Amino acid sequence: MERVADPLAVGKPSALRTQSETIGFLIMVAALVIGPFVTYPLFLMQAMCFALFACAFNLLIGYVGLLSFGHALYFGWASYLSAYAAKAWGLTPELAILTGTVTAAVCGLVAGSLAIRRQGIYFAMITLALAQMMYFFALQAKFTGGEDGIQAVPRGHLFGLIDLRNDMVMYVVVLVIFLAGFGFIHRIIHSPFGEVLKAIRENESRAISLGYKTDRYKLVAFVLSATLAGVAGATKAIVLQLASLTDVNWPMSGEVVLMTLVGGLGTIFGPVVGAFVILVMQFKLAPIGEWVLVIQGVIFVTCVLLFRRGVVGEIANKLRIRL
Amino acid sequence: MRKTLGLAALAAVLACGGASAQQVNVKIGVLSDMSSLYADIGGPGSVAAAKMAIADFTKDHPDVKVELISGDHQNKPDIGSQIANQWYDVDKVDLIIDVPNSGVALAVSQVANQKNKVFIVSGAAASDITGPKCNANTIHWTYDTWMLANGTGTAIVKTGGDSWFFLTADYAFGHALERDTMAAVEKAGGKVLGKVRHPLNTNDFSSFLLQAQSSKAKVIGLANAGGDTINSIKQAAEFGIVKGGQSLAGLLVFASDVAALGLPTAQGLVLTETWYWDMNDTNRAWTKRWQQERQGKWPTMIHAGVYAGITHYLKAAVALKGNLSDGKAVVAQMKSMPTDDPLFGKGTIRPDGRKVHPAYLLEVKKPADSKYPGDFYNIRATIPADEAFRPLKEGNCPLVSG
Amino acid sequence: MFEMFGISSQALFGQLLIGLINGSFYALLSLGLAVIFGMLNIINFSHGAQYMMGAFAAYLILQYSGLGYWPALIIAPILVGITGVIVERLFLQWLYKLDHLYGLLLTFGLALIFEGVARNYFGSAGLPYTVPESLQGGRNLGFMFLPNYRAWVIGGSLVVCFGTWFVIERTRLGAYLRAATENPTLVRAFGINVPRMITLTYGFGVALAAFAGVMAAPIYNVSPQMGSELIIVVFAVVVIGGMGSILGAIITGFGLGVIEGLTKYFFPEASNTVIFVIMAIVLLVRPAGLFGRRA
Repeated sequence: MERVADPLAVGKPSALRTQSETIGFLIMVAALVIGPFVTYPLFLMQAMCFALFACAFNLLIGYVGLLSFGHALYFGWASYLSAYAAKAWGLTPELAILTGTVTAAVCGLVAGSLAIRRQGIYFAMITLALAQMMYFFALQAKFTGGEDGIQAVPRGHLFGLIDLRNDMVMYVVVLVIFLAGFGFIHRIIHSPFGEVLKAIRENESRAISLGYKTDRYKLVAFVLSATLAGVAGATKAIVLQLASLTDVNWPMSGEVVLMTLVGGLGTIFGPVVGAFVILVMQFKLAPIGEWVLVIQGVIFVTCVLLFRRGVVGEIANKLRIRL
Repeated sequence: MRKTLGLAALAAVLACGGASAQQVNVKIGVLSDMSSLYADIGGPGSVAAAKMAIADFTKDHPDVKVELISGDHQNKPDIGSQIANQWYDVDKVDLIIDVPNSGVALAVSQVANQKNKVFIVSGAAASDITGPKCNANTIHWTYDTWMLANGTGTAIVKTGGDSWFFLTADYAFGHALERDTMAAVEKAGGKVLGKVRHPLNTNDFSSFLLQAQSSKAKVIGLANAGGDTINSIKQAAEFGIVKGGQSLAGLLVFASDVAALGLPTAQGLVLTETWYWDMNDTNRAWTKRWQQERQGKWPTMIHAGVYAGITHYLKAAVALKGNLSDGKAVVAQMKSMPTDDPLFGKGTIRPDGRKVHPAYLLEVKKPADSKYPGDFYNIRATIPADEAFRPLKEGNCPLVSG
Repeated sequence: MFEMFGISSQALFGQLLIGLINGSFYALLSLGLAVIFGMLNIINFSHGAQYMMGAFAAYLILQYSGLGYWPALIIAPILVGITGVIVERLFLQWLYKLDHLYGLLLTFGLALIFEGVARNYFGSAGLPYTVPESLQGGRNLGFMFLPNYRAWVIGGSLVVCFGTWFVIERTRLGAYLRAATENPTLVRAFGINVPRMITLTYGFGVALAAFAGVMAAPIYNVSPQMGSELIIVVFAVVVIGGMGSILGAIITGFGLGVIEGLTKYFFPEASNTVIFVIMAIVLLVRPAGLFGRRA
């Protein structure tokens, strides 16, 4: 039996759903494998980092229904710690990324336990405020390099053996990290844990009445989302070899919202598509650079009014499949 | 990110050149902030200056073919680094120029070093670019924080402003500016009576200005930039600071900031720049041409630096007969040739990549003294080139032996 | 005079007064936000951009018609208020049935558009606008020098703030507005044109932002980003005060201005973050804000 896919509502699993998702996944992997031979690998790596970031954000908004307006906190601070670990402590890249990820997880735990207590707009405002506080902290802390950021981060040798300075080798590593993160999110969503999250999004009081400790579930989801955003940020620091204030500032939080909105809230592939679309736009439209801000605003407005489901969501809706 | 301008019509002339004329192909990228904070001091104005430099040079050297592209780094080191990588690797750009924003400039400098291409900084201020972070592929034109601090600090003390109070933006750039200026002031025999640090992007400076006022220092040094500086100056006028006898020293102020403030508010402000459009007839003529592309705006020293930097690079390219694959060799060539361009006159590029030229202590005119639009400054003093910039030995640049 | 906490009373009163001035801007802006949220349930993220438009309108009015500050104080808010009405009719009215997060996202997008357009036409350095002749100079109060213009800012905002509060809480029109948010259908049944009231309310909230913008133009840099720098702080103020509470917004605005002013004196590096810290604490202890009704 086929179901109409509504990205913001739960649908019963069906054979058709699994099929469409698998096909989508294969297309995505194929595109990413062929990608570096067709376009500039550095750009694709950066796009994958942001795609993972957007997927992590989407976990909260699309499946738990919580809009975090301060996700740059985890992305940015993981980026800083990863860069610092690689440069000042001389850690190998996988350890540096791990350092960044752990930082994001800890931040997520602290921020989450404060923010989870409230819902909706208040939740969004708390996350924004916390992110702003950490931005000001980053601005003043010595080790972040302030306005200059942490520059000349070494790519290093993976496991002490594989030199990552070659862009193609680095690409393989980033691809593996991205697919692992993506796969992990997929597992979360389609697990019993994920079903409870969706139930909480639908009707929290009902979930509570069924005996679920919803706060605990929300906190776990929050920490997972923050951790995965941290993986993205930490990896980005190694790929681009720098970490800067841009990563912790609130326009970055706004950008990830835009990416997910454009791609499709609550769809698996939406954030990936959205991230690529927004990044391509940023680069390709730079000659009319003066209009980038305006165009982003127009896209926001259009998506909210007319394309609430986002690119992937609209496709899924038209084809009556689940993506 | 490509606004490709082929300026290659001279190829027709080349056809007559025959075997003796060496064809020199160059691709230049202007990387700047086109859409946000620094769009006025760099931005499309830098692209206009670049076009002029190319047009002027190829007129005299018909065998040189230059392609120009431009890009917007949006003040984000990520994007700047990404564009630089792509330009050098994929688009075969030989020279990247401008980059206001020190964070982005440092990132691009790294990329230029890794790919062995050339990078000329006109827009950014960090003196580290020719200091600990120097490399053999980067040249720093126009200005830097040391020159600003020293120029303004020393020159003001010499003209009687010997007690200072600092209003500093609380981040690395502000601290650096404050530290360098304090050192210059004290070295010239002045005293620092106090300082206060304000958060970046503060709207309201009243409490800080009150403290500055009560310190009774003769000079209030503004170790901040952009909107913070404009707000400080505007509100200082409100509190009657300049009327009360204290003077304001703007440590990083551009002509566009003065235009934004308006002369009634900015009068009496003292600042240092290395180029001013109204200094002589050559500059004025250049500015008229520049304004054909940028109506209603005034060129800053950064735009002049882009023009001069490209001119010198092209001279080096011709001297090397178009062999531009080794960036370090090109930069070495540029350092070995003395510079001579219509805007900055004669000068040199030091081993650490620092271009030296004279600096000028400027004072914003009273509205009554301003005769025409753009008539912003009186020139109070000229700082000779060998005093204007940090001595070579003090920079800690690894390229300088010792 | 006397010493308290190691600083002279002179400095203390000086800082308090300055804090009140800052607080005036916070109060005016958060008042507009509170009105819009209270009546429409929309988080107006474009409030900062509309504040900026007010300042720009004042500049343009001066450029093109030669009218100075005092006429601008009336005309600019009306002009910007009209754009607010247009925005509401074109965009916002479709979102009322949805989750209010969409309203936030839409107004966020609008803010980007306004700021981007302003930047393209006017550059980012800023535009000159001076204090009007009649308010220049100041008087020496003994413990500090108070520019006349700042005294006007405090006075003007107090009048506007309490005027608005009075209209909403104590007049019949205000009663209709409040009833309409609670039960629009019933109010419509009484023959009151609810959609038009909502549109005008949004326009009024936007006009308040523009009014603050005109007041800011002589003393703060008139630049396209002047709003986005302020908006996050103003949100924090509104959340602390209680979203939807008019009195809460006013009192919290002035209060936080004073607290920020004191922090600037004692611990300037933290003056950015103190408001957010307070917001986090308040939200944990009293989730609806200090004066708000239950969320």
